[in-house]
Amino acid sequence: MSASNLQIDSKGHLRHFLSISGLSRQLITEILDTAESFAGVTEQTVKKVPLLRGKTIVNLFFEASTRTRTTFELAAKRLSADVLNINLTQSSTTKGETLLDTLRNLEAMHVDMFVVRHADSGAAHFIARSVAPHISVINAGDGRHSHPTQAMLDIFTIRRVKGPDFGRLRVAIVGDILHSRVARSQIHALNLLNTGEVRIVAPRTLIPTHAEELGAHIYHDLRTGIKDADVIIMLRLQRERMQGALLPSEHEYYELFGLTEEKLAVAAPDVTVMHPGPINRGVEMDSEVADGPRSVILEQVTHGIAVRMAVMSMAMRRKEGATQ
Amino acid sequence: MTRASRQRIRISGGRVIDPANGIDDTLDIYIAKGKLVAIGTAPDGFSADQEIDATNRIVCPGLVDISAHLREPGLEHKTTIATETRAAASGGITTLCCPPDTRPVIDTPAVAELIRLRAEAAGMARVVTLGALTRELGGEQLSEMAALRRAGCVGMSNAGRPVTSTLVLRRAMEYAATFDLTVFLTANDHSLANNGCAHEGRVATRLGLPGIPEAAETAAVARDLALIEQTGVRAHFCRLTSGRAARMVARAQFDGTPVTADVAIPYLYLSEIDIGDFDSQCHLIPPLRTVEDRQQLRDALQRGNLSAICSDHQPHEPDAKSGPYPSTEPGASGLDTLLPLSLRLAEEQRMGLPELIDRLTRGPANILGVPAGTLSVGARADVCIFDPQRTWVVDSNTLVSNCHNTPFYGWEMQGRVTHTLLGGRLVYTSI
Repeated sequence: MSASNLQIDSKGHLRHFLSISGLSRQLITEILDTAESFAGVTEQTVKKVPLLRGKTIVNLFFEASTRTRTTFELAAKRLSADVLNINLTQSSTTKGETLLDTLRNLEAMHVDMFVVRHADSGAAHFIARSVAPHISVINAGDGRHSHPTQAMLDIFTIRRVKGPDFGRLRVAIVGDILHSRVARSQIHALNLLNTGEVRIVAPRTLIPTHAEELGAHIYHDLRTGIKDADVIIMLRLQRERMQGALLPSEHEYYELFGLTEEKLAVAAPDVTVMHPGPINRGVEMDSEVADGPRSVILEQVTHGIAVRMAVMSMAMRRKEGATQ
Repeated sequence: MTRASRQRIRISGGRVIDPANGIDDTLDIYIAKGKLVAIGTAPDGFSADQEIDATNRIVCPGLVDISAHLREPGLEHKTTIATETRAAASGGITTLCCPPDTRPVIDTPAVAELIRLRAEAAGMARVVTLGALTRELGGEQLSEMAALRRAGCVGMSNAGRPVTSTLVLRRAMEYAATFDLTVFLTANDHSLANNGCAHEGRVATRLGLPGIPEAAETAAVARDLALIEQTGVRAHFCRLTSGRAARMVARAQFDGTPVTADVAIPYLYLSEIDIGDFDSQCHLIPPLRTVEDRQQLRDALQRGNLSAICSDHQPHEPDAKSGPYPSTEPGASGLDTLLPLSLRLAEEQRMGLPELIDRLTRGPANILGVPAGTLSVGARADVCIFDPQRTWVVDSNTLVSNCHNTPFYGWEMQGRVTHTLLGGRLVYTSI
């Protein structure tokens, strides 16, 4: 079964949200437009809409997360759903219960949606294939594969700042592409919206083989890679990458790929700087850049709630339609 | 070994293909006391107790499978020697070679003997074993190879577990050569493989699966070839997956290095692309590589640089394959589909049937050094008779193995075994 079949029902509505690949531009745009309508809600004094009242959403996190889990939780609560947070670290699942058993047990509690994060690529697909038909699955990050709500909130942020015409934009994604589910999803989404040019910038150890086939131009030099860029997305560099002989030191990485005000001068004058967080200040970027006027890093977090509300309500709306 | 039949059997009217003797002709075969007594003309005074009409069928030596995990001892919840030798019989396979990664591993004569006794009790196929190259397959201390050889092990292998120290591998090869034992190598540099679960290529990049580069295989082949040349040991590379590794072996063979290699059937039909959206049935280690590799493996098989096709039978219960792709157990069940998938190459690769059958009989028998894979007069009557036209679909009704974890589930096969004889005894007949 292909991802597109799995994610979309026969009427073309969102059923699960697992990856950007397999979705149409129309559907992506619908998510962005729906998120726009929710962005107002999150800025009001009463921040709730009753769309998912009576629904139970389970945040099923097999990998640690603060930001993503919190924004999913807030998004669910603002849609008036009941939320259950379950943190299953690797150690508790190795005690014997299989993933499938965990799912069956939760299903027996009559939940309506799983928001899943897992260290294995393909986990969300597996769960979507395995759950009862009435349950929707939202991927909150699976291994190195996909983190589609993060990509959508990044796209949403770019659209708000730069307008809807992606065709004139140069977007550079800088950092650990190899291990990044965020980068993979961003590249898919940017290409789906016909972005003028998508670039990835990193040393060869952090770029996967055949990366150009994801739809990106490869650069190994930061200044060339971000030259005239309208948007720069800096990726988080995990500290453990130093141990795996992927990089010699944080110092050299910062020297070559860390974003500073000085290097930023080669980008477009109105460049926007983004980061999915959490930032390693002084590794991927200077505090001056992170906190500077071109940074929209905190807006990204705010937009995360609206985008997740959009995805959750759309996946549930399908079911309302189906039962009528 | 396996009890021979007293019955006298005539197999008549079939197209007999015996690559070991260069036979491809419509001939009758005569069997008595578990052995082949004549081909073509009946021996004087032969009267058959049983006649098998093989008209429009192909009669060939029973197949020899170089690599089949039977899971016993240790993992009987998956399969047992009894269940899997039954599957082998229905697939026309009469000799199976069991790698040493059982639990406990085959590093003592007792385990080798246990397997032999269980196989004899089941009586459906001959099972030979490879002994552990190092104690507990730990890659550090040599196993008691002489004792293992006495217990019947036909070669030594570390069964895919690493021998990290080049020095230990050198010593193991030298020690094996002392006893004229073939060393079976799985070419995989574990450090380069780095716990990956798919070929490092387009598909792994798209799916974000940790990749195993081609160099994990070629670097290991290069190291191992250097040691084979140094030590003069007879060596065999199990289940090559890349065209480049196959070419390296071909070059060494051309130079006269005593080295052979095989390919497992999934790698001749599938590639990384078949992983699709995380299909765990295609989770194999070593991984399925590119379509170009697949073609180059077929070419190397045709040229004979790869001289055997094996099933690489790795049965798993459904739970083992049910989970996120990287967490599932690698391997596919393969005994049921070895013959019909191999036959497809006749059309797809334009390989002659005798050539194909050679890679399933004489080729692997020579690598293992076992008296099998031939219809020579005087040989044990291990015979496979199949209907090359008969089609069937791989599904839970047709699979005989206790485990149905095959990436070929739902495929239509052409070619079905109708009879299997083991030492002149019918161990399988289809209706």
